[in-house]
Amino acid sequence: MKKGILLHEADDDVGVAAMDLTAGEVIQAVTLEGEPVTEITLVTDVPLSHKVAMHDMEEKKHVIEYGAPIGYASKAISQGAHVHTHNLKSLRWSGKNQIVEHHKD
Amino acid sequence: MTKYTDIPITGYRRDNGRVGIRNHVLIISVDDISNAAVEGVASLIRGTYALSHPYGRLQFGEDLDLTFNTLIGYGKNPNVAAAIVIGIEPNWTDYITEKIAETGKPVAGFSIERTGDLQTIANAARKAKEFVHYASELPRVPIDWSDIWVSTKCGESDTTSGLASNPTVGRVFDRLEPLGNTMIFGETTEVTGAEDVIMKHCVTPEVAEQFKAGFDYYQDLVQSQGTNLMGSQPTEGNIRGGLTTIEEKALGNIEKMGKCKVVGYLEQAEEPTGPGLWFMDSSSAAAEMVTLCCAAGAALHLFTTGQGNIVGNPVLPVVKLSGNPLTVETMSEHIDVDVTGLLRFEYNLDGAADRTMEMMARTINGRLTSAEALRHEEFVITKLYRSA
Repeated sequence: MKKGILLHEADDDVGVAAMDLTAGEVIQAVTLEGEPVTEITLVTDVPLSHKVAMHDMEEKKHVIEYGAPIGYASKAISQGAHVHTHNLKSLRWSGKNQIVEHHKD
Repeated sequence: MTKYTDIPITGYRRDNGRVGIRNHVLIISVDDISNAAVEGVASLIRGTYALSHPYGRLQFGEDLDLTFNTLIGYGKNPNVAAAIVIGIEPNWTDYITEKIAETGKPVAGFSIERTGDLQTIANAARKAKEFVHYASELPRVPIDWSDIWVSTKCGESDTTSGLASNPTVGRVFDRLEPLGNTMIFGETTEVTGAEDVIMKHCVTPEVAEQFKAGFDYYQDLVQSQGTNLMGSQPTEGNIRGGLTTIEEKALGNIEKMGKCKVVGYLEQAEEPTGPGLWFMDSSSAAAEMVTLCCAAGAALHLFTTGQGNIVGNPVLPVVKLSGNPLTVETMSEHIDVDVTGLLRFEYNLDGAADRTMEMMARTINGRLTSAEALRHEEFVITKLYRSA
């Protein structure tokens, strides 16, 4: 199984592509400790160092990376999809310097 | 690669108990107009270093205190064997000289008024020669890892920083904490979005409150200037590299803490008073932050970079880590520890930490860092407000 996704914490909602990943590939996600966690079928291309959804996420759900919220899903996200500015927004700031809400853990 | 635990490490044990890994004789300028004399002495005497800078005149209040505390901190730093202090006026020169002398190391002050540059240089150079003889005969002695105060900062960060180099430093810190090391991190503005996480790491509610007060003070200062740093974070470059939100960038930054508890909050250039990880209020500009760490007494610095920040320091050796394959390839002369293997699944975080600690051991034992070899000697005093 090809390793290609790194997870900061085993139960994070998103992992990071350790190489350019292509839609249709089945990729193993491992932690920084080197422990295999799961296999993900890519549904979109994800460039090196961009994020991949580890499971389906509903709109408005907090997205967890590093074991902490890095924002919320601005639309529903499918497992294996690219997670970036088009579907993830800050809980602290919108695009125009406005406070959206203070994040709660 | 030799396992770091198999490398005996040595350093210079100073009279006050602190341990240095370098043995500088510093010629410290109290103020801008004394730089010429300081540089004159350093050019005459081998083995000395001129610490010159553009400040020290007509500053007042906290701003003056920070400039002087930075100069005093450099003199007190355990990587310094002895110091000469040169200023235009005797009172400030004596003040800085006496503060450095509290360490027990040789220090002498010279003032230029009523003497002139040339006679001051002659007098100071004679003393500097004496100090160089003293320093060059000091032996390296066996030391423990716990003797080394380590500071950290990241610069030109990208996603590889949060993914590889910052967690590597975090793992190193996790190993040093139980040994009783003193460690420093900071970057007050760059932790925006992860301040709650830092507060949870604080060892007591009082420390968390101190941190939050320092954090809020800076946020208010930025807003009082009619600006908003948050709109610029993450940067366009960060976003191209895969970072999406300010929280994500900050959480990647504070991976350098590892799982360590934050034992206390330090003002800029303030010396830690015990073991553990300390948060120091500090600029996120690389040279300013590293300068403040040196003034606070750090003996070794771990600097992580994504896109390739090249900062160094004249007194504090800066070990540079990168997890970005392009940076490691195109800027190889600046990188001491290549952790790109983490992204190729060649080793895990412990493997990356082993590589880093091996390079730390070699640096402790005298290997020049890339920044030292390339003469990156950035000494940048943090200026708080304009002078009188």
